[in-house]
Amino acid sequence: MSNFYLDNPALRHHLHHPLMRRIAELKERNYADAAKFDYAPSDFEDLLDSYERVMEIAGEVIGEVVAPNAEEVDHVGPTVVKNRVVYAPGTAENLKVTTQAGLMGLSMPRRYEGLNFPLTAFIMASDIAARADAGFCNLWALQDCAETIYEFGDAAQHQKYLPRVCAGETMSMDLTEPDAGSDLQAVMLRATYDEAGKCWRLNGVKRFITNGDSDIHLVLARSEEGTKDGRGLSMFIYDKRDGGVDVRRIENKMGIKGSPTCELTYKNAKAELCGERKLGLIKYVMSLMNGARLGIMAQATGLSEAAYREAVAYAKDRKQFGKAIIEFPAVYEMLANIKAKLDGSRAILYETSRFVDVYKILEDIEKERKLEPEERDELKKYKKLADAYTPLGKLLATEYANQDTYDTIQIHGGSGFMKDYPCERYYRDARITNIYEGTSQLQVVAAIRHVLTGTYLKQWQEVYQAEKLRPELQGLQKRVAKLVDVYEKIVPLVADTKNQELIDFQARRLVETAGHITLSYLLISDANRDYELFARSAEVYVTLSEVEVAKIQKYITEFEPDSLKFYRHTEVA
Amino acid sequence: MGFKIIVLAKQVPDTRNVGKDAMKEDGTVNRAALPAIFNPEDLLALEQALRLKERYAGTTVTLLTMGPPRAEEIVREGLFRGADGGYLLTDRAFAGADTLATSYALSTAIKKIGKFDIILSGRQAIDGDTAQVGPQVAEKLGIPQITYAANVVSAEGGEITVVRRLEGGVEVAKGKLPMLITVSDAAPECRPRNAKLVLRHKKGTAATEWSAADVDADPQQCGLSGSPTKVKAIESVVFQAKESKTLDSSDQAIEELIVELITNHTIG
Repeated sequence: MSNFYLDNPALRHHLHHPLMRRIAELKERNYADAAKFDYAPSDFEDLLDSYERVMEIAGEVIGEVVAPNAEEVDHVGPTVVKNRVVYAPGTAENLKVTTQAGLMGLSMPRRYEGLNFPLTAFIMASDIAARADAGFCNLWALQDCAETIYEFGDAAQHQKYLPRVCAGETMSMDLTEPDAGSDLQAVMLRATYDEAGKCWRLNGVKRFITNGDSDIHLVLARSEEGTKDGRGLSMFIYDKRDGGVDVRRIENKMGIKGSPTCELTYKNAKAELCGERKLGLIKYVMSLMNGARLGIMAQATGLSEAAYREAVAYAKDRKQFGKAIIEFPAVYEMLANIKAKLDGSRAILYETSRFVDVYKILEDIEKERKLEPEERDELKKYKKLADAYTPLGKLLATEYANQDTYDTIQIHGGSGFMKDYPCERYYRDARITNIYEGTSQLQVVAAIRHVLTGTYLKQWQEVYQAEKLRPELQGLQKRVAKLVDVYEKIVPLVADTKNQELIDFQARRLVETAGHITLSYLLISDANRDYELFARSAEVYVTLSEVEVAKIQKYITEFEPDSLKFYRHTEVA
Repeated sequence: MGFKIIVLAKQVPDTRNVGKDAMKEDGTVNRAALPAIFNPEDLLALEQALRLKERYAGTTVTLLTMGPPRAEEIVREGLFRGADGGYLLTDRAFAGADTLATSYALSTAIKKIGKFDIILSGRQAIDGDTAQVGPQVAEKLGIPQITYAANVVSAEGGEITVVRRLEGGVEVAKGKLPMLITVSDAAPECRPRNAKLVLRHKKGTAATEWSAADVDADPQQCGLSGSPTKVKAIESVVFQAKESKTLDSSDQAIEELIVELITNHTIG
């Protein structure tokens, strides 16, 4: 009997973070639903108990059903029959069971049949799901598209679609096209208004669409004829019940093989406009994407969790030279580093999701009433933090998932290269996480602004550095403060040159430094609340950070802008 | 058209790990020493009931259990999965019941519940492994029974169709309602607890409690006094293949077996 929530005390730790009380109070509008719905909580303790119970159900279903199915799903994968996706049998069972468990539409308001859970709880379920099957995590996490309909759709769309998502219908976000990947401004799928049918019609092709044969699609399409950039794009909802979209083929991928990646053809497909015209990319996709990035952070964290457990189990079991290999420093160091990166990834995952929760809920409240001035400030503050932490967390958690799964194979030695152990699947599955929903390179582009404008620095100085710590952690905090000193030296070294090419060139190093410092502080804070659970990771992570930051400092300090010429690509005759 | 379904469910000690304190001095199971769980085959019976509920609108699923007050959790677990309600027979008078006294008590409660179409129960409970309670309840209620069900296929026109998994094959059985069906471990797994239902039913009373008097049960037929079975000892026995013996089904072979079992005190 495995329960992926109950066997992982780190999850409970994050569910009980002090900021959850504020999030709950906002999300529940002071528990007003208690009078209207018999499953709504009456106070914070009742609510936390509800969160716990639902996470326990998620942990059980995922541990008992999704995890045992994962290997077969990876081998069998989905197929296309008559232009429709047929999931692997295990995937179909996973969807059925998670729907029966009532885990779809977790975060939707109760009036649409949801549980009104905060994003943080939904993200936790994704974290749990990814540990079992990262491909399935995608299908599960795409229910987050319902947030976009909820945020930007009209009342009729809410009524029409949200209860269906809660009943288990799946979703997809149809953005990418053959010539529009990282650069979504180039989207060409045509949306034209059909006067006779009084509806929009979509024509064109989409590619690399995860779960592209879903029941409800969000589609980015060009509604403004003759335009070429992002301002001509709008967001549409396509309902599979109306027909008009076919799956031409699915990709044969390296990893997340259970998750169908589709090429879609739209032939006069009926669609509804979601929100306002022309805001498709510049407003809605940006919001959708931020949610999706958080989902990928959760996926990456779940993969690191899976890898770590597999690595420990193997290292304890495997005997060489007369003892278990876990006793060798070369092995236990790798394990400690995996664990530190895992705990760090999870720390920033939930820190970010809490920030997103606070500001998104306040935005939702703003639709009901005018916010008080202090609430407005709170919204602004957390929105900015969410904006800064999302790319930083996505960058770190997904790179760490790659490193952790790589090291897990290393710990397995030759056996890790075989299909006999799940670590090779984790490794393949992790590889996409730092590519899709924005590559690591694009996360750096988003995060560097907050390095240059001081968002991270302010949070460290005002919040993390000011945290009152137990004595045994104060030394660690001082060591991190020294890294902040370095950061304050190297940022102007780059920024003050006003040389944009040099800034772009060094951006990743600066962002990574910000990441190391942020995760160090967060792990210290976690250890402050639960010393037993996190103190070791805090220590290991701070040490890793010191080494990494020293390298970066040396690189940046000694780098001559003129040296860029050695890096620019030149063909040698 | 809907059916009124009663699911017989038992809270059982988790006998997968039997320790030395598993039995009390009076020879009954020491339930306090073992974690209490929903009897696994009763969960499979519940799943069959819930599938019928999904298929036939207006169907209700009611759990019936007997045990100490904490056995209310069995009904709650049923509510978490989609049952409509349940009854808990709890009374000191019921304590120490063997299968005969249990089936008597359950049948009095079923009469009290009133009209029903289908009774579903697990084939047997993992604490006693008798597989007697279901059939005995059917006898006491005077209704037909189908045992070892793997799947209830349909219930239409007053007739129920059930696939039975038997040694060496499957059999499709049909019968008129009302009917009692016992479900074997060949049946599909029970669905998980549902998040919304858990939040709805996590607090408050889950079951209607009935005492022996509430169901007009004759105290002499309940509990220890209504139980001719006496437990001699409980132990974890590992059978070895070399001890097995193949018999034919002749009367003579069966008689020889019975004599042997009585002689070595396995029964009797």
